[in-house]
Amino acid sequence: MTNMKDSKLYELTAHELSEKIKNNSVSVKDIIGSVIARIEAVETKVHGFAHFNKQDALKKAGESKISGPLCGIPAAIKDNICIKDELTTCCSKILKGFKPPYDATVISKLKSAGALLLGRANMDEFAFGSSCETSCYGPTKNPYDTSRIPGGSSGGSAALVCADEAIFALGSDTGGSIRQPAALCGVVGLKPTYGRVSRYGLIAFASSLDQIGPFTKDVTDSALIMNIIAGHDPMDTTSADVPVPDYTKYLKNSVKGLKIGFPKEYFIPGLDKDVKEHLDEAFDLFKSLGAKIINISLPHTDYAVATYYIVACSEASSNLARFDGVQYGLRQEGETLADMYKYTRAEGFGDEAKRRIILGTYSLSSGYYDAYYLKAQKVRALIKKDFDEAFKVCDVILTPTTPTPAFKLGEKMKDPLQMYLSDIFTIPANLSGIPAISVPCGYSKSGLPVGMQLMAKAFDEPVLFNAAYAYEQNKKWEIKKPAI
Amino acid sequence: MENKIKTDDIKYVAELARIKLSEKEAGVLSAQLNDILEYINKLNKLDTTNTEPMSHALNMTNVFRKDEVMPSLTQQDALKNVPDGKDGFFRVPKVI
Repeated sequence: MTNMKDSKLYELTAHELSEKIKNNSVSVKDIIGSVIARIEAVETKVHGFAHFNKQDALKKAGESKISGPLCGIPAAIKDNICIKDELTTCCSKILKGFKPPYDATVISKLKSAGALLLGRANMDEFAFGSSCETSCYGPTKNPYDTSRIPGGSSGGSAALVCADEAIFALGSDTGGSIRQPAALCGVVGLKPTYGRVSRYGLIAFASSLDQIGPFTKDVTDSALIMNIIAGHDPMDTTSADVPVPDYTKYLKNSVKGLKIGFPKEYFIPGLDKDVKEHLDEAFDLFKSLGAKIINISLPHTDYAVATYYIVACSEASSNLARFDGVQYGLRQEGETLADMYKYTRAEGFGDEAKRRIILGTYSLSSGYYDAYYLKAQKVRALIKKDFDEAFKVCDVILTPTTPTPAFKLGEKMKDPLQMYLSDIFTIPANLSGIPAISVPCGYSKSGLPVGMQLMAKAFDEPVLFNAAYAYEQNKKWEIKKPAI
Repeated sequence: MENKIKTDDIKYVAELARIKLSEKEAGVLSAQLNDILEYINKLNKLDTTNTEPMSHALNMTNVFRKDEVMPSLTQQDALKNVPDGKDGFFRVPKVI
């Protein structure tokens, strides 16, 4: 039974809970009991879950393996990662009722590690958004201020970890969909190197950009989850056949001699004052710990959002062709096959999905391909080259994760372009395929979380964990849990 | 470059994308896409004459596996989510 001592188990990290399970001071039942009580207390305010069923969660806890590095640790999984025989809908009407006949590779790995898959995290429909407002189930709220967005597209994953409704979560990141909500909710979010984590079973948005990654309460958990989910997978031809190191070995409290790049293009006039201040403090802290700050330039940064929206929407328009009322999900009848497709897609997709499919189809269509898609692919090469040059002189690059703290619900819904621009600092890492982590770096004057982003060259997650861990251990500010 | 997208252009593209749009939706989308494409046109400021296009983040080509039969989904599992199926087939409106 849950006693007083254990009543706040839900606040702990995966590594702390694993330790307690190992030394038999708590049971899997204690943990799930604590987390479910927390969900019942705050979920109506947060709305982080797209699908959650208490009985199913308890049943899984009863059946959970008693071994494995994540034994009994409750996790939330973004609604676009397939779990066998469980609702997986991308928070879209067009996938209503869809239960995949197989597990995504990351899910098989988490299950083998003993993790308890609690429920499905809310998201922008098909991951199209930066605020979690395009979900067909309605928006998730930011636990620090429920009149504000949690970020997106993995807003549910971020908010659930932030509100202690899940110990960790998985999300996916195509242009910032892990790092941006992690920053706005004050948790740690990692987008691994492209190809580091298998995409098998991740419902594709933009195949050359998508990566699955963890949301965690601290940097140690991020390394721990990566140890489990990273690695080559023959089921994903774009997964990299590169050995996976033990990431926890790089949680070192020293950055002496580390070369940290300061890219002037990320410190733009529109940058929020509080965000700028916290980043200045972070640079100072690293300096005081013996790191060297190197001025660098990423001259094509200003072109990243434009490049991204062509590349991502083009790939999305192709990937989403499969939702046609034939194989799964929603179907609207029509006289002819073409009518059935058109009515099904008109009814099943939300406004943002339609907008991106139309933009993508347009930029791939005859007569516009060279002007848009091909042009964007060339600029993408220039953006990647900027990073190749920068990493000749520095080990990591430190930037804000987002230009501002969380904005208000509804604030950017009427202006797609303004919404797109909120991903301005996260998009370049996806276009270049490099890993990037968002780490909490304080609060704005109004009490909203601020995040900083560290980027490294491909497959150098170790240096990210090293720098992020050293920062976390030495930061001068206190963590304030949301008062929800 | 001139790219004022008109409502008719949107309807044509929607036809290619197999999405039925109302007159109102097509109107809203043409205005929004004009804004977005105007922003995207900033890419034309860059000279990319000698730049190779990049389609993929990792430098890998031709990933093959051995040509062996591997376990795969059963027909029953593959058809489990079908909105309309019969006798192990997907059923769609008459095509011919």
